[in-house]
This record gives sequence, structure tokens and C-alpha cells, in this order.
Amino acid sequence: MNFRGRDIISIKDFSKEEINYILNYSKKMVSYAKGEGHIEKLKGKVLSSLFFEPSTRTRLSFESAMNRLGGRVIGFADPTATSQKKGESLSDTIRMADAYSDAIVIRHPQEGAARLAAEFADIPILNAGDGAGRHPTQCLLDLFTIITEKKKIEKQKVILLGDLKYGRTVHSLAYALSLYGAELIFVSPETLKMPKEVVNECKELGTEPHSTSNLEKAIKDADVLYATRIQKERFPDAEEYNRVVGTYKIDNHLLKNANDKLIVMHPLPRVTEIDPEVDRTHHALYFKQAFNGVPVRMALLSLVTGEKI
Amino acid sequence: MKELKIPLIKSGTVIDHIAAGNAVKVLRILGIPKTHSSTVSVAMNVRSRLGKKDIVKVENREIDPYEVDKIALIAPKATINIIRNYEVSEKHKVELPDEIVGITHCSNPTCVSNYNEPVESRFIVLSKDPPRIKCYYCEREPEDIAERII
Ligand SMILES: [Zn+2]
Repeated sequence: MNFRGRDIISIKDFSKEEINYILNYSKKMVSYAKGEGHIEKLKGKVLSSLFFEPSTRTRLSFESAMNRLGGRVIGFADPTATSQKKGESLSDTIRMADAYSDAIVIRHPQEGAARLAAEFADIPILNAGDGAGRHPTQCLLDLFTIITEKKKIEKQKVILLGDLKYGRTVHSLAYALSLYGAELIFVSPETLKMPKEVVNECKELGTEPHSTSNLEKAIKDADVLYATRIQKERFPDAEEYNRVVGTYKIDNHLLKNANDKLIVMHPLPRVTEIDPEVDRTHHALYFKQAFNGVPVRMALLSLVTGEKI
Repeated sequence: MKELKIPLIKSGTVIDHIAAGNAVKVLRILGIPKTHSSTVSVAMNVRSRLGKKDIVKVENREIDPYEVDKIALIAPKATINIIRNYEVSEKHKVELPDEIVGITHCSNPTCVSNYNEPVESRFIVLSKDPPRIKCYYCEREPEDIAERII
């Protein structure tokens, strides 16, 4: 399988076989990501890290990945400091980075920005989130986390919890989990239910998702609880927001009813969805999940720049 | 009821088999009456073998293939008849291409294609009949295609 020069824009651009390949490759990167081994496979390579909106966790994860591979990172973390502020188009910024580096990571507030960037760059584009749009490396690290912990994704009972309506990363995840034959349970407030198109997409892939608002019941035989942040700005008033947020608090009391092997995941940053008391339980996997961003991004950077271990 | 007769035209274009009620949208796509002074006749709710349909006749103007693509977005079953000297000299069905460039804007205000970038709007055709398209950039389906045709 050859990924050299490929853009990583949307998880839907990849077949299941290709995703498997990336996940297997990521496994080989874990010890290097921890700093236990040393490789310099991307020595002399330069990654442009263009963050047109801040996302500290994703940016650090990409930068760590590139550094662990012996490569270097140029770019910016804050759009106020860039020429974009002076009115430069995205396409011009991309052309510049294309001339200065071997791959580009882009985070941008406009939907479709990464796809557009790919039209103006010869070197690979890695989408680190475009507006409310796609965030394929998050999706891949989520899959990697489940497969690492559970050995397989097929038949795993996965609860997707929270804002299922607006959170498009959770839509990609639902798609990818369906591709792998996971059993999906959607738990959300009535007003934030999974859109019909996404449900239909899952069905087309052979999964029959269940929807419920009762988390306590759903959690009893679930293998994975994937919580997402409910964003305050989606709600007309603070009272409604507080009511919805309070509905699904994950704490030790809730987890008493859970399957012992349940893992709790969250893309972070969390607000109040998960009580810090859960951090000390064996259910908590979200920090490890965040770490998994590094080996997965190492694998992607290695693959698209055509360097193999 | 007898089928409504539209006078024969000497030269121009007859757009037939427009789904009933859509003739006005087709006129708008063709920029009629704003940008053209041709005589135009419209027949709506005409009975035919396949149910009711609309027909548009435009005198002294042969519509070009670019306009045909636009019509396909609104009236996927339409046929285009080019009339020369009272006879049908060309006849073709409209067909949506697999990709549409520059015909309609993306309805998503946060889509990158609506910003100051040197690209045309671009859509992937998901289904030709009924017409369903998806933005190449943001992957959203526009809400009302007819409203957004350029
Ligand atoms: Zn769009």
C-alpha cells in the first residue's frame, strides 16, 4: 500500500483496508512516541503547521509526532500573527508553505479549507480540523484507541454521547465505526439527536444504530462510552444548557452500573461531562486516547512523506 | 380537455418535459425576461402520457450546453429541441454531469468556497433524478438549488 503524497482530508477518502494499514503502522510508532526508542526517519524534513484557529492539543500532538521522527516544524499557532490577518488568501498561504516544506498540517475555521488547500499544494495536506467539518486524524486515533484496548472494533457496543447533532467529528466516527461493524448506541438530549443522514449512512454500512436518552440503562452492557462536549453556544439560553449538560454527567456513581471492562473516551478538552473522580478509575481512557494522537500522527506523517521504517 | 397548443416557432428552442410547476424556475435560469428580449411562450400543466408537464418555447435563441446543465438541476427529465426553419434540427435530453462547476453557490455560509479564494464553487452530483448535489469542499447539500443558481 502506498500513501506517498496522499492528502489526509476526510476519513471517507480511505477504504477499510487503508485504515487498517494506518492503524497497524501506528502500533509500530507507540514506543517511539513514548520516547523509548529513537528514530530519525524524517530527519531533514520540514512540516508546516498552519493553525488558523487555536487548538493546542492537536497542534502539540502533531509537533511532537514530527519531532519524534527527527523532523522539524515551522508555522504558526495563532492566526492573529499571520498575513491572513492582513487579508492574504488561504490559497496564497498554502502556496508559500508548499514551497517551504514537505507536508502541511492545517487547522482552519472554514469548512472545506483542507480540501481547498490540497488544490494549491503539491505536497501532502493533513487536515487537523476544518470548522465544524472533518477531523480525520481524531477519527483515526479514536479507532486506534478502541482497537488497542479491545483488540477489535467489530461487535463492540459503543455509546456515542452528547451533542450528536452539531458535532461533525462524531458523525465521522459513527461512519468509521459502522465500517468496522461496531454496534452503535446514540445517547443525546432530544434536541441534539444524531441527524437522519448520518443514521442512514450507518445503515447503508450494515449497522443498525439504537437511539435512547437513557444513559444509565445503555451503559450496563456497553464496551465503550464515547462522550463529547456539549457546546454552550448551541443553546439559546444558559438555563437550557445547564439542564442538558447536567443530564449526562459521567461520575463514579453512574459507572457503578457499568460493565467492568467499559472504557470511557473523550476527545478533550472536557468541561463538565466527566467528573475528575473518574480519572482515577480503570475506566478512564481519555488521557491515553490523547497520547495515541502522537503515534497515529507519526504514522501518517511517515506514510504521506513516503518514508518507511 | 384538449392539449394546450403553443404556436410553432420558426427558430429557437423548445424545452419540453419540464416537471409541472417548474417552468418559472427554468425561465429564471435562462435569465428570462431580464437579460433577453426573445418572445417566450410558456405552457403549464400540459397533460401528456407521463402526467402533467410544463413546456417553454424561446424564439430566436438556441440555448447553449452550459445552460442545459443548469436546467438539469431543476428539470432532470427535460428535453431540449433546437428549432431551425420550423423543424426540430437537434434534440437532446438534459443530463447532469458527474460534477458541476460554477453554476450554483454553496448554501453553507462557513464554506471556504464562499470566501475570497481563487476557486469556483464545485459540486459532486449524488443523484441525477431527483437532482441531489454535494459541495466538493464542505460536503454539505445545498438547501434550495434553484434559489442559488448563478
Ligand atoms: Zn460548501
